[in-house]
Amino acid sequence: MLEIRDLHASVNTNEILNGINLSVNAGEVHAIMGPNGSGKSTLAQVLAGRNSYEVTSGQVLFDGKNLFEMEPEERAREGLFLAFQYPVEIPGVSNTYFLKSALNAIRKHKGLDELDAVDFLKLVKQKMKLVEMDESLLNRPVNEGFSGGEKKRNEIFHMAVLDPRLSILDETDSGLDIDALRVVADGINKLKRKENATIVVTHYQRLLNYIVPDVVHVLVDGQIVKSGGKDLALELEAKGYDWLKSSSPVSA
Amino acid sequence: MVINQDMEAVNAIVREFHRFEKSLNGESASATHEHRQRAISHFAQTGFPTTRNEEWRFTNVQPIAKTRFCVPLDAAAPAITEQEIQPYVLENSIRLTFVNGLHVPALSCVSGLPSGVIVRNLREVLVQKETADERRVGALVDFQENGFTALNTAFVRDGAWIEIPDGVTLDRPIHLLYIAHKADGMLLTPRNIVVGGPNSRLAIVESFVALNNDAYLTNAVTEIFVDDGATVEHDKMQKESPKAFHVSTTHIRQRQRTTLVSNVINLGGVLVRNSTTCTLTAEHSEATLNGLSLGTSNQLIDNHTTIDHAKPNCISHEMYKSILDGNSRGVFNGKIFVRKDAQKTDAKQTNKTLLLSDNATIDTKPQLEIFADDVKCTHGATVGQLDDEQVFYLRSRGIGNAEARDILTFAFARDVVDRVHVDELRNQIESLVHSKLHHGRLVS
Ligand SMILES: Nc1ncnc2c1ncn2[C@@H]1O[C@H](COP(=O)(O)OP(=O)(O)OP(=O)(O)O)[C@@H](O)[C@H]1O
Ligand SMILES: [Mg+2]
Repeated sequence: MLEIRDLHASVNTNEILNGINLSVNAGEVHAIMGPNGSGKSTLAQVLAGRNSYEVTSGQVLFDGKNLFEMEPEERAREGLFLAFQYPVEIPGVSNTYFLKSALNAIRKHKGLDELDAVDFLKLVKQKMKLVEMDESLLNRPVNEGFSGGEKKRNEIFHMAVLDPRLSILDETDSGLDIDALRVVADGINKLKRKENATIVVTHYQRLLNYIVPDVVHVLVDGQIVKSGGKDLALELEAKGYDWLKSSSPVSA
Repeated sequence: MVINQDMEAVNAIVREFHRFEKSLNGESASATHEHRQRAISHFAQTGFPTTRNEEWRFTNVQPIAKTRFCVPLDAAAPAITEQEIQPYVLENSIRLTFVNGLHVPALSCVSGLPSGVIVRNLREVLVQKETADERRVGALVDFQENGFTALNTAFVRDGAWIEIPDGVTLDRPIHLLYIAHKADGMLLTPRNIVVGGPNSRLAIVESFVALNNDAYLTNAVTEIFVDDGATVEHDKMQKESPKAFHVSTTHIRQRQRTTLVSNVINLGGVLVRNSTTCTLTAEHSEATLNGLSLGTSNQLIDNHTTIDHAKPNCISHEMYKSILDGNSRGVFNGKIFVRKDAQKTDAKQTNKTLLLSDNATIDTKPQLEIFADDVKCTHGATVGQLDDEQVFYLRSRGIGNAEARDILTFAFARDVVDRVHVDELRNQIESLVHSKLHHGRLVS
């Protein structure tokens, strides 16, 4: 589904991604862990199409299509979803209006009719339950004044409504309390299907107890220095990252 | 003396005045007419303001000063059907309609007024009032203020006279609908007098719209008296023709324990100047002044506001926003006076501008003059573009770039639009704003 080959990206001539190789197949869950500043969010944002990062070399194929030839909205319409580490506040735009515009843009791309207000509301109600989101957050401006945890939950709520094929969750667990973490993880698991894939970026092994990864990757200084099974997360939890910092990169 | 100005244009207006005067059969001996005559003499001496006048520094009215205007006389009101004005009508309102400045009873709707409420054409009322005090014209807006107030006063005739008696709450807004139609070259001078009696509550909406792309000048003056305990909302929706000049002067005088909300929405015109003054003459009153201006191509939209805190314990909030595209220019000048007496004043002014093009500009000037010591006064101005992070967030969820920009541009305008409490008007403004947003740009 996703094929990243020797990806290099920089910001202001500062190279942040130093040759990433990663392939994710339908049905899989991949976890990316790594120290602060190692480039995890950069990778996520580059995949979503943030243009403040310059892709200097490498290739990314999404279902065989060159991702870098697509605008951010085209990627989303093709089924890519990024849950932001820092969800953006949009004053003046209600959460529902925003979601409806997004969903209808995606449906239009798929050749489906736009959802009318009634059907949209039905869908929204159902998905809200999935992540146990408070209804009052629906009519408020997107993320404005949301607590840290509410913002993260709202990201997963958006994901539930938009039903992407590849979800990249950038530290969705940070900021969630213990109960919320379980609810959100449950929601993510319920949305899991064999045609879909998920990349979770996290610092904590705890999340991976709920969302069990098929592969765990360690990103250090813009490179994947180690990949392994779910036990790797436990090992990282115990040993930290220092022991990996001198390892040479591996291909996933 | 008129200096460096097209004398001939000024003389042409004076000749128009004489033509206008002749059309006022029999009325020319009235006190109102003496007032007109004084105003035209004043105009003949001063002409239009120039950019050497500090108040007009950023707004050059030469295009107006160079135009030869004619003033429509009674017979000139073109026939218009209810159908044609439908898009601008507020269904559930008390309405006075004016076509090219002239009152058209057939398009008005003043039935079912609560007892004591007066909503009439100004000229019918003025002839019945004996003293200048009763007539109120000029009580708040001095014709000597500038050439425009002089001109409006010289041609005082039609407009709204609104009087809400003690304790009455109006459950419908009063809508003053000003329509320009086949108005090329015309000078339109509506004058409105609004008296919100003690403890009354009312909303007045002034709409200025055009049925064609004519070039004309609307030069309006509104004087609003807010008596003790009254609550007044004054909404002004300006969507003149793209070639029209629009100059308006509004002065609001608030007495004790009053609440005033003024919303000024600019969507049209090529050269626009709104001057809104609010005087807080007694304690425990609150004034809220909001503005939203959308400019594109070569539009110039100037908003001058003055809030005069004369007495203690009053609150004023001000929020003026502009969205500017193309080569448009915005001007905002916000004066706040806090007089020596006005302790415990709480005044807050905000001016925000969203620039959608590199060629659009805004000149913004807060002007706070504070003579009391125990006060809270804040002001802030921001000028910026759409936020890249926000645009990206929307796009990353599947919303196209153009749509994302339109959504965010509307969101910028939203909080001012939401301050219009007259539901039907707010919906109308919302759809008018939406219709101006196209692919991340403003269209005229
Ligand atoms: N716009 C930018 N300008 C300058 N430096 C940047 C920019 N964006 C990212 N960086 C730098 O790139 C590096 C990688 O940042 P990134 O956000 O990808 O790290 P991360 O692995 O997600 O870290 P964390 O675990 O703290 O979220 C950091 O050193 C960061 O300061
Ligand atoms: Mg990060």
